[in-house]
Amino acid sequence: MNSTVIINILRFILLLVIQVVLNKLDLFGFLNPYLYILFILLYPVNGNKTVLLLSAFLMGLLVDMFMDTGGPHATASVVLAYLRPTFFKFAFGVSYEYQTIKINDRLSPERFTFILISVVTHHLILFLLEVFRFSLILTTLLHTLYTTIFTLVVCIIAIYLVKPAKQ
Amino acid sequence: MQQIVNFLFKNSMLLLFLLLLGISLSFTIQSHSFHRSRAITSANAVTGYTYEQINKVELYFSLKDENDKLALENAQLKSLLFNKKDTVLSAVPVNLGIYKVIQSKVIANSYSRQENYITINNGANSGIKEDMGVVSSQGVIGYIEKTSAGYATVITILNRKFRLGAKIKKNNHFGTLTWNGKSTGFAQLIDVPRLATVVKGDTIVTGSESTIFPENIAIGTIEKVYIDKKTNYYTLDVRLFNDMTSLGNVYIIENKDRTEIEQLQQATAPTNE
Repeated sequence: MNSTVIINILRFILLLVIQVVLNKLDLFGFLNPYLYILFILLYPVNGNKTVLLLSAFLMGLLVDMFMDTGGPHATASVVLAYLRPTFFKFAFGVSYEYQTIKINDRLSPERFTFILISVVTHHLILFLLEVFRFSLILTTLLHTLYTTIFTLVVCIIAIYLVKPAKQ
Repeated sequence: MQQIVNFLFKNSMLLLFLLLLGISLSFTIQSHSFHRSRAITSANAVTGYTYEQINKVELYFSLKDENDKLALENAQLKSLLFNKKDTVLSAVPVNLGIYKVIQSKVIANSYSRQENYITINNGANSGIKEDMGVVSSQGVIGYIEKTSAGYATVITILNRKFRLGAKIKKNNHFGTLTWNGKSTGFAQLIDVPRLATVVKGDTIVTGSESTIFPENIAIGTIEKVYIDKKTNYYTLDVRLFNDMTSLGNVYIIENKDRTEIEQLQQATAPTNE
């Protein structure tokens, strides 16, 4: 057990607890940020991908249990965890594996692109599966847009709060 | 053999991904199905305990409101009792004896999605079973979907899966209570025959054919009347008596004759499904 593993386990538990509390927020009656996806975003770049997939699935399933949603969170998390390397490639360039990328650092355009594209993907899958009706597609897309903005802001604030830039 | 092992090894990530995706998608689809209840619910020991602890803290902030509601209900019950002072024994309907009421408390409530559930802190240990009715002092809330030893989840009126036979109190015309997923304050009474005279402000109550709820439990008042062009039935917007966004104490109603009635109906109905 090295420190990275322990940090990630702690982060998993902490984010889950925060998410359960955040679910009570219901801003304007329907807006909730889904901060728990930070676990998937902040997972070490060169970390074990099998562990990431499994823990993302578990995280999604636990959130589903707490929210009584049935399964959309688990699905969206698994897809995000699987697509993460692709998003890295898109945001940081092909040779991302050889650089030392840190997501929890000062906000650069690359980091912002990565977080944005991840949040949009996750939320789109989440709300499509949660609503599950084509007749409500417009409402679903609007809901996705609002929640994406909210989650994005909360995620960036959370990253800054936990790790202030040392400059 | 070597090649199969090689293939599995090379694509292990993809295969694991597909496996997990399949599992979670099947949970999702199952949860949207009308006929089967969900596998993943908050009626289990871990989430139930967590929500109960959170609820203990939250309770302090709503103590006054809850007290007011209970006092109001007490007053209503007292007035009923006093008005029937000398006929208490004979005034109780004969069929009242088939219903048993269990008191419980809401520990988690959702109302911002298309399929909303609440979690209550009593379960199978208190005698709660699936498909029992849940009401508050103001009216119908929903019915039990799943139970664990100490907790249960409830499908509320604010759930697209919710269906309940209801009627207009004044003239006994029946309809089906559903929700269109738009506003937390309103539900829809569909399939009301055009023969019925519907007036804005009339009270909607539970119907007599339900085996879940007793008859004449309040639901809401008529707010708006639409004519369904395709079927020539009325669709009514019903303003709910309950504020579904703030629920505290609830009562679970057990109909002791329910299994008997359903067995009888099943034995009678033609098996054409």
